[in-house]
Amino acid sequence: MPSRGRPKLLRANRVSYSYGSHPVLQEVDVQIPTGGLIGILGQNGSGKTTLLKLLAGLLKPSEGSVTLDDMDLAGFNRPKLARRLAVVPQETEIPFDYTVLELALMGRYPHLHPFELEGPTDFKIARQMLAATGTDHLEQRVYRTLSGGEKQRVVIASALTQFAETPTGPNTGLTQVLLLDEPTSSLDLCFQLTTSKLLTELNLSQNTTIVLCTHDLNFAAGLCRDLVVLREGEVIAAGPTDTVLTPETIRAAYGVIADVHCRSTSSHPTVVPISSQ
Amino acid sequence: MTPTRIVINPPTEIGGTVPTGDNLHRRGLRLRLILGVFAIAACVIAPLIGPTAISLGEVFDPTIPFVQNVDAQIFFIARLPRALAGALVGGALAASGVVLQALLRNPLATPFTLGVSAGSSLGAMLVITFGVSLDNNSVEAVPIASFVGALAALAIVYALATMRRQGMSTLVLLLAGVTLNSLFSAVILFVQFLAEPTQALQTLRWTMGSLDIGNYQPLLWSLPPLAVAFVIFAQLPRALNLLTLGAESAATRGINVLNTQRMAFLGASLATGAAVSLGGPIGFVGIIIPHLVRLLIGADHRLVLPNSTYLGAAFVVICDVGARTLLSPMELPVGVITALLGGPFFLWLLVRQK
Repeated sequence: MPSRGRPKLLRANRVSYSYGSHPVLQEVDVQIPTGGLIGILGQNGSGKTTLLKLLAGLLKPSEGSVTLDDMDLAGFNRPKLARRLAVVPQETEIPFDYTVLELALMGRYPHLHPFELEGPTDFKIARQMLAATGTDHLEQRVYRTLSGGEKQRVVIASALTQFAETPTGPNTGLTQVLLLDEPTSSLDLCFQLTTSKLLTELNLSQNTTIVLCTHDLNFAAGLCRDLVVLREGEVIAAGPTDTVLTPETIRAAYGVIADVHCRSTSSHPTVVPISSQ
Repeated sequence: MTPTRIVINPPTEIGGTVPTGDNLHRRGLRLRLILGVFAIAACVIAPLIGPTAISLGEVFDPTIPFVQNVDAQIFFIARLPRALAGALVGGALAASGVVLQALLRNPLATPFTLGVSAGSSLGAMLVITFGVSLDNNSVEAVPIASFVGALAALAIVYALATMRRQGMSTLVLLLAGVTLNSLFSAVILFVQFLAEPTQALQTLRWTMGSLDIGNYQPLLWSLPPLAVAFVIFAQLPRALNLLTLGAESAATRGINVLNTQRMAFLGASLATGAAVSLGGPIGFVGIIIPHLVRLLIGADHRLVLPNSTYLGAAFVVICDVGARTLLSPMELPVGVITALLGGPFFLWLLVRQK
């Protein structure tokens, strides 16, 4: 992926991973620049989620390494990593009745000493992030009772509260990475657009680095600046969205014949699937 | 319809109605105080109730020497050990329930879900049935055997859950626990079938749970494992909040998941094992108390864990008073009382929502 002269924040260096004897990723190189907004595409089973978990430090690569600012993820202590890297899973089901505010505050735990309770600053940050995701009116609701779209946004808010050192936002000088697994899978059309807009704004205003994997090519096309396309655990294409998202790549990745239009009504390419091979 | 602008400058006003960290602390502290006093009061009042009425004034009357003070003797020698045992057992079982429910991410888990009740019963039964030759001292051997049985069951479950992959599979924990419970129960039934009727009855009595410990000695034995367990529990609550989000979400919020799971498992094992060796497998305490506390104060484990401990202690002490007095002079097994109260409550919980 072209670096465009920006520092490489998060990189996977020739990373391989296998579940038992079944290889999922093979020698994958991915370089995610500071402030990047990157989509990982590929078929079911192509290794998208595994790559995302490796980038999050949730899995240890069988070969190769994942580094954040040239430091191996394995070398970070967990709270320190959590203050810079947050993950929004595909779904978060919680069997206990936490309120939305309690859940958002859990993002503050990496900032607290072992027996410290959340202070006014933490509450301020949590409320600010709920407001940023349009869920501040839900703060006393029980998370379990929310709709899928509301849950997704509350979890994003909870992830964002991990970053801020102070209520005015990141001040560490270090940028932060938000990883999202299929962020739109449970969202209706309107929330997909809202989420897309939220992530763009985060990326632009806070310089938050965003990496997401998705099945929705048009969502990726509208949001991501760069794409990484996986097939059977290998990178088959990587680079700026408009050069990667071509009928040839889609055919190679999904075995699907598709048209890619550049319409004047939207600034990004639009994918129209025609038939499977 | 939804504002999505990232607010870089903080919103200035902050709602005053919602608990802040200090409020959380105060709210938790107040309930903890109330329930703590409640538990202590239960321990002091419980020994006053019984076939021989005694008065608290008499018990603590400094003018009567202890050897002549019958009330004080009944209070301290005959009845207080039993009340204290109830408090330890109740607190340990309720706390273990909270910890295991978070560990298994299952609000219906109990301290006995992982095979503890059947494991400890098997241990107790083996000593009751075969161990009479042990210096004729089976009174002390039974608690030890039940403690060992409980820990053995947990060790098997733990080994199975950590065998297959990196980390701990809570699904395997749950399924292995349920399976072990049935398996051990079958062994118990088999041996019971062949055993002398008196021994079979003794085992049956043991599994009903009883706090009739006789003197302070069993309490002292149970203190070391309980102390270790509660030192562990004191570190856990915040990490338990995160564990209930799922292992991966917990890891990305800055905790070492496997370590936390191990500590939770170890603490719950020691506490449950000690409780069972003191009072037998007394059911339902570990589930109704955490749920009651959650209804009172919400799901945050920093509030649920300590408050459940105190309420659990008070609950078992009070149930035991019922066990001693309801059909006096006959004594009911305390496990029957907690189950008669707990069973319907549990069923109500199941159908209450969703």
